[in-house]
Amino acid sequence: MFGSKRGVIAAGALLAGAALLLAGCSSSTSLSGGSTSSSAKTTVTVGSAAFPENVVLGNIYGQALAANGFTVKYHLGIGQRAAYIPALEKGEVNLIPEYSGSILDFLSKTATANTPSDVKAALDKALPKGLTALTPSSAADSDSINVTPAFAAKYNLTSLADLKNVPNLSLAANPEFQTRPDGIKGLESVYGLTGISFQSINDSGGPATLKALLDGTVDSADIYSTTPSILASKLVTLTDPKSLFASQQVVPIVSTSKVSAKLTAVLNKVSAALTTKDLLEFNAETSDATNPVNPVVVAQNWLKKVNLF
Amino acid sequence: MNLIIEGFAWIFDPAHWTTSSTSQGISEAFVQHIILTGISLLLTVLIAVPLGFYIGHSGRGRQVAIISSNVARAVPSLGLLTVLILAIPIIPGIPNNYLAYIIVFVLLGIPPMLAGAYAGLESVDRETTDAARAVGMTEWQVLTKVEIPLGASLIVGGLRSTTLQIVATVTIGSFLGQVSLGTFIVDGLEQGDFVKMIGGAILVAALALVLDGILALVQRFVVPRRVSRGSIDTGNTAHGMRLRASTPGTPITEGN
Repeated sequence: MFGSKRGVIAAGALLAGAALLLAGCSSSTSLSGGSTSSSAKTTVTVGSAAFPENVVLGNIYGQALAANGFTVKYHLGIGQRAAYIPALEKGEVNLIPEYSGSILDFLSKTATANTPSDVKAALDKALPKGLTALTPSSAADSDSINVTPAFAAKYNLTSLADLKNVPNLSLAANPEFQTRPDGIKGLESVYGLTGISFQSINDSGGPATLKALLDGTVDSADIYSTTPSILASKLVTLTDPKSLFASQQVVPIVSTSKVSAKLTAVLNKVSAALTTKDLLEFNAETSDATNPVNPVVVAQNWLKKVNLF
Repeated sequence: MNLIIEGFAWIFDPAHWTTSSTSQGISEAFVQHIILTGISLLLTVLIAVPLGFYIGHSGRGRQVAIISSNVARAVPSLGLLTVLILAIPIIPGIPNNYLAYIIVFVLLGIPPMLAGAYAGLESVDRETTDAARAVGMTEWQVLTKVEIPLGASLIVGGLRSTTLQIVATVTIGSFLGQVSLGTFIVDGLEQGDFVKMIGGAILVAALALVLDGILALVQRFVVPRRVSRGSIDTGNTAHGMRLRASTPGTPITEGN
């Protein structure tokens, strides 16, 4: 008697779990519409990296294309580059919002280009067969090294070159910063810093990185320039007079097989309208502590605001 | 297969053992991994073993223990870790976020240790403990001289599961800045350095195997002779009578 009652409860729990899973699936594909042939040029699977700004950009691309007659599927929030670039090459996704300098560094370990036009030219060469970079936007989200105001005052810091004054400098960043040419290696060779103690915190300059910086676990941290916490915590962003950090313009990376005049025209319109300030606002809205906005809604609002389609 | 060979080569390259600004050294990561595993394991044992003995000896609170330790198993450890790191401020004297890491590892380590401890005691034949009481043993003597020695195999078995669980889980701390053998796995993935990843994975597996091997030996030695899983090995009939008379905890089969 008791046993069967427990059985019923367990079955109920299973059903509830399954229902949740199904609900999750349906909401992520609800915008896809009825697709019959996924190989057609007008059916595009949009992907993105797993941080809010990139997810918003993925939604903007997708919604802009959907408004222009494309059949759009979504596969947003696919981890980091090591996960989604192979997915892009295999054709599991066809379109990803990228940052010109970072994707170039990922594809070519020896890349040295820094200016926007050099980066785009080098990127076109470095992209694997089957992938195309469209025209970049002027909106950019680049690495920036930040310190607390007190730390900046103590060592009189305004630019990356001033970090020479700091003994035993410690720096928190994502793991790839340790081996990227424009990461620790660049700080050493371009700015002549030595003996940096590196701490990898794998949250892309998110809350754990911010906390380590604020509580003094690390002296400095790599936080993307469009992160709202830089303003909210009054961090001092060190200037980069020698252009160590490459240009990081938002650029759509597309499967070449899906490129058409119409697709290019739609995405170029989006890129032309997008600004760095928009990126900062996307991040502020999606990470708002009291009332975070869903990236899908953020994308809808932006498209309404710029009134492109 | 090639990647695994390269992983071993990566481990045996002396350049990979020292920390520099552009690469984490294996030595430091290894020491950190052992320290975190050791502290977490010690605390887990201090919490779960007495509790498990209480449950196993008295038979009380078993359902509560099973349910709560299964709930603990279901907690997403990386999520809990992130929350704790953000919530716990810097405490003087405790290295960076150690408290958060240790709470998570202990929570994960408790269920198998607890289960081993009470299952070990429960595996002891009821007739044996009754006999111990009948010859005038106190409850404490029943626990320490009968139940624990006879249940030792399962108790150490629980310790083995817990050790593996903690050694493997310490790696996730590296997502949030803790240096451990997991650093090579997490960083290797992000840096596109798969040889480093494999090297880190081999190191974690090797550490787990070595610790498990040591505990397997311990498990063999803590079990009293001719006893396995709480009952006497009765295969050896020639000495059966003498054993019965001399070994505490010998089951006296009633009604035969």
